[in-house]
Amino acid sequence: MTAAAPGAAQTFRWRRRSVLPGFGLSMGYTIAYLSLIVLIPLAGLAISSASLGWTEFWRIATDQRVLKALQLSFGAAMIAAIVNTVFGVLVAWVLVRYRFPGRRWLDAAVDLPFALPTAVAGIALATLYAPNGPFGAILDDWFNIKVGFTPTGVTMALIFVGLPFVVRTVQPVLQEIDRETEEVSATLGAGRWRTVTRVILPGLLPAILTGFALAFARGVGEYGSVIFIAGNLPYQSEIAPLLIIIRLEENNYAGATAIAAIMLVISFAMLLVVNLLQGWSRRYFGHV
Amino acid sequence: MHRLAIALAAAMMAVACGQQNSAGEVSLLNVSYDPTREFYEEFNADFSATYKTEDGRSVKVSMSHSGSGKQARAVMDGLDADVATLALQGDIDLIARNTGKIPADWRGKFASNSAPYTSTIVFVVRKGNPKKIKDWNDLAATGVAVVTPNPKTSGGARWNYLAAWAYGAKTFSGDDARIAKFVGTIYKNAPILDTGARGSTTTFAQREIGDVLITWENEAFLTLDEFGADKFEIVYPSVSILAEPPVAVVEGNADKHGTRKVAEDYLMHLYSPAGQKIAAKHYFRPVNPADADPADVARFKQIEMVRIDDPLFGGWAGAQPKHFDEGALFDQIYQPAR
Repeated sequence: MTAAAPGAAQTFRWRRRSVLPGFGLSMGYTIAYLSLIVLIPLAGLAISSASLGWTEFWRIATDQRVLKALQLSFGAAMIAAIVNTVFGVLVAWVLVRYRFPGRRWLDAAVDLPFALPTAVAGIALATLYAPNGPFGAILDDWFNIKVGFTPTGVTMALIFVGLPFVVRTVQPVLQEIDRETEEVSATLGAGRWRTVTRVILPGLLPAILTGFALAFARGVGEYGSVIFIAGNLPYQSEIAPLLIIIRLEENNYAGATAIAAIMLVISFAMLLVVNLLQGWSRRYFGHV
Repeated sequence: MHRLAIALAAAMMAVACGQQNSAGEVSLLNVSYDPTREFYEEFNADFSATYKTEDGRSVKVSMSHSGSGKQARAVMDGLDADVATLALQGDIDLIARNTGKIPADWRGKFASNSAPYTSTIVFVVRKGNPKKIKDWNDLAATGVAVVTPNPKTSGGARWNYLAAWAYGAKTFSGDDARIAKFVGTIYKNAPILDTGARGSTTTFAQREIGDVLITWENEAFLTLDEFGADKFEIVYPSVSILAEPPVAVVEGNADKHGTRKVAEDYLMHLYSPAGQKIAAKHYFRPVNPADADPADVARFKQIEMVRIDDPLFGGWAGAQPKHFDEGALFDQIYQPAR
């Protein structure tokens, strides 16, 4: 995941003597494990979508319905990840920096979206935000905002499932930050805002980016919690993973793998960009 | 806990390949679809209580329930089912064609096309029928919100769609373009397409969305039982479709387990007076109504029903590609005007 440090290429040699033993063994395990768990299933995906041929693949990729579904999945995941980044950092900040009664309970509650079966989350959200649900009715009557069974509902569900990723990646880094640097910043005459934006946030940036990337990736692939609140109308509130399921129900395995492959390529490209940003921010702001 | 126990039992069964266990019991795995849960629970208890194999052993039946299409794929992928009791003939055909574990002529193995009970598609409306919904054309009216699952992901929803199509065919004397437009109007009145029949019931009954729910007759009666007959009414349209949920022995698996005879007897038991009676009790229409409780049978209103094998549809082999494949008529409903 991490970008190589500058100058690493010159000093890298395959069998460099290291004080740590067992490089060969651990590298072997790493490759075998990653192959078994990640690379082989993904290779299967690539092979089976390759059987389609380019023209057919291109026809699926540019199909209006597929485009709309991809747009919704990636758009909603992006918005949800941004919202989670802002509020996740805030939550992490409060949990790390303040001592208040019930803090441990709150801290534990952050992990609930991890543990809860996604279907349960989806049904709970759909019940709350349906037009006759307690929140849905208020939002609809007072603000004329419809959440349940619209793309807004999809974003809502993705915000729910994505929150822990940001909090849990930012929290430990925040804990490690030396409070003395903040004090130094203050004694040197920086205001609070300047201390936050120039001293604290740069150090957190790599962790925030990781949390953002994880929340985003989770949101793109999320199915269980979304279908209950999405409404699932073609061209409007149909997420890409649902379209994959629909293709499977039609026994159109090739069509399903094609959509999956497109999602994979887009996700990979976006995660790559996030990783490059991360490497850049590390170099620019220094490692915390 | 109970459901968990059943799921565990099913999983263990699959691992043990349905072998007879040490207690001298024979195990059967019945892979079924969603709304048959309550029915098979009672039916299996009755079968186990009354049936003994020729060498005197008792039989334990495990169940697996999910969407019909999903179950068919699970069996194709190797789920070790002894019998399949699914929602659509097309799903059993798929298993037969892709695995050869079911003979191609499976529909002739048991009486009435291997469908021991039937059902149909009806409407559920709110008490007092405020939108005055009587028939399919009322679903196409402006301002009526229709709740129905997605035909792409739900077997039951395909019957809903075809029943609407049957009404359209009658009204527009077989003009495909006008029928498609009519059915399309109904689907454009749907604010949500849930992925399964049970999901739609929840949307309609619990979230109180929509004016009318299109669903299985047995699911409609269960909705009244579950959510209160004081809140909902069942409306029978002038024409609907005869749904024949079929059953078959997965012979390839049963032969491997040595359970073929038991599996056949199990399915035959569905046709027995006891089986027919339990089916009617759980709101499935028995093929031999004389065997069921007359009070149960009286609940089923007699209406005009088309069949999937009618020339209008030409069986599942004709209906599936024409209506439900990618880019076929159902997909065209949602295609935006270009």
